[in-house]
Amino acid sequence: MRGNEEAHELIAPGSLPAVLDLLASAPGEWTPIAGGTEVMVAFAAGRLSAQKLVNLWGIPDLRFIRATSNSIVIGACTTFLDLRAHGDLTAKFPLIAKSAGWTGSIANQSRATLGGNLANGSPAADSSPALLVYDAEIEIVSKHGSRRIPYSKFHIGYKRNVMAPDELLYAIHLPRRFADHRHYLRKVGTRRAMAISKVALAATALLKKGVVSEIRLAAASLAAFPTRLFKTEAVLLGQPLTKETVLAASRTLLAEAQPIDDIRSTADYRKHVAVNLLREFLLELSTEGASR
Amino acid sequence: MSESWPIIHFTINGRVRAVQAPPMKRLLDVLREDLHLTGTKEGCGEGECGSCSVRMNGELVNSCLVPVLQAGDADIQTVEGLATNGMLHPIQRAFLNCGGAQCGICTPGMLMAAAQLIERNPHPTMAQIREGLAGNLCRCTGFMRIFESVLAAATHAPEAALEESENAR
Repeated sequence: MRGNEEAHELIAPGSLPAVLDLLASAPGEWTPIAGGTEVMVAFAAGRLSAQKLVNLWGIPDLRFIRATSNSIVIGACTTFLDLRAHGDLTAKFPLIAKSAGWTGSIANQSRATLGGNLANGSPAADSSPALLVYDAEIEIVSKHGSRRIPYSKFHIGYKRNVMAPDELLYAIHLPRRFADHRHYLRKVGTRRAMAISKVALAATALLKKGVVSEIRLAAASLAAFPTRLFKTEAVLLGQPLTKETVLAASRTLLAEAQPIDDIRSTADYRKHVAVNLLREFLLELSTEGASR
Repeated sequence: MSESWPIIHFTINGRVRAVQAPPMKRLLDVLREDLHLTGTKEGCGEGECGSCSVRMNGELVNSCLVPVLQAGDADIQTVEGLATNGMLHPIQRAFLNCGGAQCGICTPGMLMAAAQLIERNPHPTMAQIREGLAGNLCRCTGFMRIFESVLAAATHAPEAALEESENAR
């Protein structure tokens, strides 16, 4: 059934403090809408349960990229095209721009926001694996203040996160400590453009004297929400990249991944592709390490 | 029409317009139903097919995913605004010359996406054209004539891009 535009309220308080006042006045009643690439799809299909929507699009306080010496801070309503166009961000955090570039089409990227992607919390979210391997932190605001949490602790279940009903995702912080790392991100979908991931794997790692001295792995579509792969990381950390290490990591990943069968793929296929992606990354890492 | 609905002002194809509409009404429906600009088409209604593409404040958007309230004060261009002073836009001429349109449903969206691409990148490669139009689906042409139209419209299309086009066949 098609959505009925008269069945939904949409208001535009116009500023961040006014939005936070509204959220505080009636916690849980108002659903934020930014670029609309999720909400409007649900609306058109007649399955948007939120009756009351509050507009975030066009609030300047939420759309910014601020670079400091220690970090890059991205406002929640920064679009994917904004991310792709930012020189410092694309140079220092290449996986962010890479994932932004394969999120839907140009017409989606001009509207879809980074904060919206995270708040929506799809297990297949394109930005999530990259943010996880960069140790991103999430800044959440409410009328009563703000708090920061590691992004790896933001999602707590299928499309569920730690935000209280009066809170809003304000910004994403990226610490500048990955300049020397190897960066990897690959998404496997049905076509090169516009596809939702069957599986995606991101990684950052440092190799010192042939030994893995730092490693972060994260995936989309391997669990109910985008996740770090801490167990697989633990098998690799402190180890030389021998055949045995790679085999042990592959086995651990097969056990750690918890994908499902759905319209886009099967759990079995997703697990095996994830292992192939991990092996591809480890091969790149060992090749690069040998040449140093 | 309800008096409680907001009056929303915007510029469409260079003209200031005002509509009174439910704020969640899709920009697509406002264009077609309230302003009778039926060049913009509805395909999928979920941001996948690009038939409803328009430009809003210089960015390509799917008008089916824009609640009209968010278009307030915006500068919007639809396919009706591509031609100026009775002269077709170069991309429209190229579609005519190269057979870029068949049934025509995807064409307005294709034109808007292509116009946006060429404006941002006057000399696109075939790969860049494919990326720029990846969000626009055509079920008639098989895409090649559309891509060739964009190449033809791009001013002084570089030889490399033309060769690439031949190789992609």
